[in-house]
Amino acid sequence: MDLTFSAEERAFEKEVRDYIAESLTPEMKRATALTPSVFSDPDIGMAWQRALHRKGWGAPGWPVDHGGPDWTPAQRWIFEAECARAGVPNVNVMGVKMVGPVIIGFGSPEQKNFYLPRILSGEDYWCQGYSEPGSGSDLSSLKTRAVRDGDDYIINGTKIWTTHAHHANRMFALVRTSDGERQQDGISFILIDMKTPGITTRPILTIGGDHEVNQVFFDDVRVPVANRVGEEGKGWTYGKYLLEFERGSGIASAKLREALKTISDLAESDVTGRAIADPDIAMRMSEVEVDIDALEMTELRVLSALQTGQNPGAVSSLIKLRVSEIRQAVTRLGVDVIGQDGLAVEPARPFYRLNHEPAIPEELLPVVPEYLNGRAYTIFGGSSEIQRDIIAKMVLGL
Amino acid sequence: MDLTLSDEQRLLRESADRFVAETFTSDHRKKAANDPLGYSPAIWKQFAELGWLALPISEAHGGLGGGAIEIGLLMEAFGRGLVSEPFLSTVVIGAALVAECGNEAQKQAILPKVAEGALTLAFAHSERAARFDLSHVDTTATKTADGWRLSGNKIAVLDGAAANQIIVSARVANANGASGKLGLFLVPAGAPGVAPRDYARLGGGRGCNLGLRDVQLPADALLGDGKDALAAIETVVDRAMAALGAEAVGIMQTLLDTTLEYTKIRKQFGRPLSANQVIRHRLADVAMQVDEARSMALRAALMANAEPAARSRAASGAKAKIGKCARFVAEQAVQLHGAMGVTEELDIGAYFKRLLAFDTLFGGSAHHYRRHAALSGRVQA
Repeated sequence: MDLTFSAEERAFEKEVRDYIAESLTPEMKRATALTPSVFSDPDIGMAWQRALHRKGWGAPGWPVDHGGPDWTPAQRWIFEAECARAGVPNVNVMGVKMVGPVIIGFGSPEQKNFYLPRILSGEDYWCQGYSEPGSGSDLSSLKTRAVRDGDDYIINGTKIWTTHAHHANRMFALVRTSDGERQQDGISFILIDMKTPGITTRPILTIGGDHEVNQVFFDDVRVPVANRVGEEGKGWTYGKYLLEFERGSGIASAKLREALKTISDLAESDVTGRAIADPDIAMRMSEVEVDIDALEMTELRVLSALQTGQNPGAVSSLIKLRVSEIRQAVTRLGVDVIGQDGLAVEPARPFYRLNHEPAIPEELLPVVPEYLNGRAYTIFGGSSEIQRDIIAKMVLGL
Repeated sequence: MDLTLSDEQRLLRESADRFVAETFTSDHRKKAANDPLGYSPAIWKQFAELGWLALPISEAHGGLGGGAIEIGLLMEAFGRGLVSEPFLSTVVIGAALVAECGNEAQKQAILPKVAEGALTLAFAHSERAARFDLSHVDTTATKTADGWRLSGNKIAVLDGAAANQIIVSARVANANGASGKLGLFLVPAGAPGVAPRDYARLGGGRGCNLGLRDVQLPADALLGDGKDALAAIETVVDRAMAALGAEAVGIMQTLLDTTLEYTKIRKQFGRPLSANQVIRHRLADVAMQVDEARSMALRAALMANAEPAARSRAASGAKAKIGKCARFVAEQAVQLHGAMGVTEELDIGAYFKRLLAFDTLFGGSAHHYRRHAALSGRVQA
């Protein structure tokens, strides 16, 4: 057993570090640091996606024949860790990490040829149409309906919490094409052009003051049947595949370490009056760091199992729960570190392009919004309550 | 980067798991609890025959040259069976102190005997006024015409009363009488002036407080050449904390397994306890904390030979985190067993108490988060 990477892996690490150093602009880095929402806005995020694509690194998890770089699990780890350390933009995952693998796994040749290159290049910007006002954790109760009419489906209904729907030109959606015995039956996976007549998007502001999510309405929206991925009525299977794909590729500890370092640097700076001098803050800093150490080790155990071709097993389902809790602990610590400067609300966005001098130092601006928006971490992608249900069933066999 | 076990390591784990499951039954433990020695010399002999006592000792001194990972595998198995044999005090701490500080003659005299199972050791270091500060030692060693004279009071000496030799830390008085470097002294069992107050240790095994009054020792009782022993003590205690972390993981895993079974069998309101979401979620949290503890124990073992600051940060991080997890897991195991969990009729209580002992040994979570913060430059040490 050992924790060190091989000479080849070290060389790869240097290659990644060097490429990031030459491609990540100071503007991108600053914009990322000053973004208090989950994903960077597309002007920043897609600029980075294009930079990665130029190097052939646009889709680390994809197979080689669709443009993936053919990395080992260790290389993916190193890549993610270096990206986190450098503070690269948070590219919206809906394209590369979510719809991409579903199209690769279940799409027609035409769909693969059309969509995959556009995801890689950043030409298409995707959003995810899953949740509905009446279907949150109980996702398969969804009611948005697609009725067959010749070569088209006519879609009516509404989707909610749709991240970046206001930026996206495409949506992948789960819609009901028939009523089966179980509510998971009769769901289809559809690709929708967001410019299709009948689609309207309503912004929803989150409590941190950011516009990241939306509600999307479908009013007799006509979508070609050719835009369905896989078989009609099998959408639930594809939707779940997407979630499993996402689970195995998650490397969160490096990002959390950077987030903690940002807060730690603030705490050691005069900009917070040296908050670190408060022994309670210092202890909590260590407590969160140790939690990240434990998470990192768990991620490495998964990685090691993947490297040797073993199934990491149930341990990966524990990770999502811890990641979201630790993220919240970091943001909570941030609020305590900046103290009374947290009272100042800056409603304008983005923080990296303000037309006025903010009331508090710029680097403090995202701290409270990050904490507030961050309450969503234990809610989206299956709330912590749902995760505990899954752990009880799948890990503990209850 | 490879965290998979080698074939030898896998075999070690399997044989340890098997031996512990067969030997350390509930009945065995209840008998051992009333044994004045606290453990079985016959089993100790079997440990020697299995090669476990030789495991971390260097090959030059009759050992197998194993490391922290192998120790962790054994300790996790020991945790599952609440083993009370003096493995930690003799092998993980005692032999390691001799290996770190002793001169060649001392190593040759002691280490092969430990490996054979012919010699048990204990470490008398903690003092009440020190709390958990490893550098705080008031016990004194004064040079005499033909050796040393030790005086002081030690607490929490694990397996001290039954050990053949006790390694005692003391401040070595300078020529002008002022206290100087920290030294480690070999004190034979029953030496005049050594007064152990033996007790049954929380969670199994024995411990003692040790009075030392003008204990006369020969010149070669001092381990090594008189170099300050603090760095060696910190090294050995860091590694002992990693080993204890692995033991705690074994204990926690057993509590989780036992509690899971119980909640499936125990019926109230016409259905098993495990059908209730509040119970299922609690168990999910317990499982998660057992897994986090497992990661931290492994991490501390992998960092056991890192440079001192990194090693100590990993050890303190592990001790703090595993201690926190241990308290939660132990308390929830009792809670979910209901009133039965508070009785001596189930094994749960014994495992609970061993985890409580783990948490306090070498300092609890609060102490080690503080040490971690100090080592990270966040607070003054």
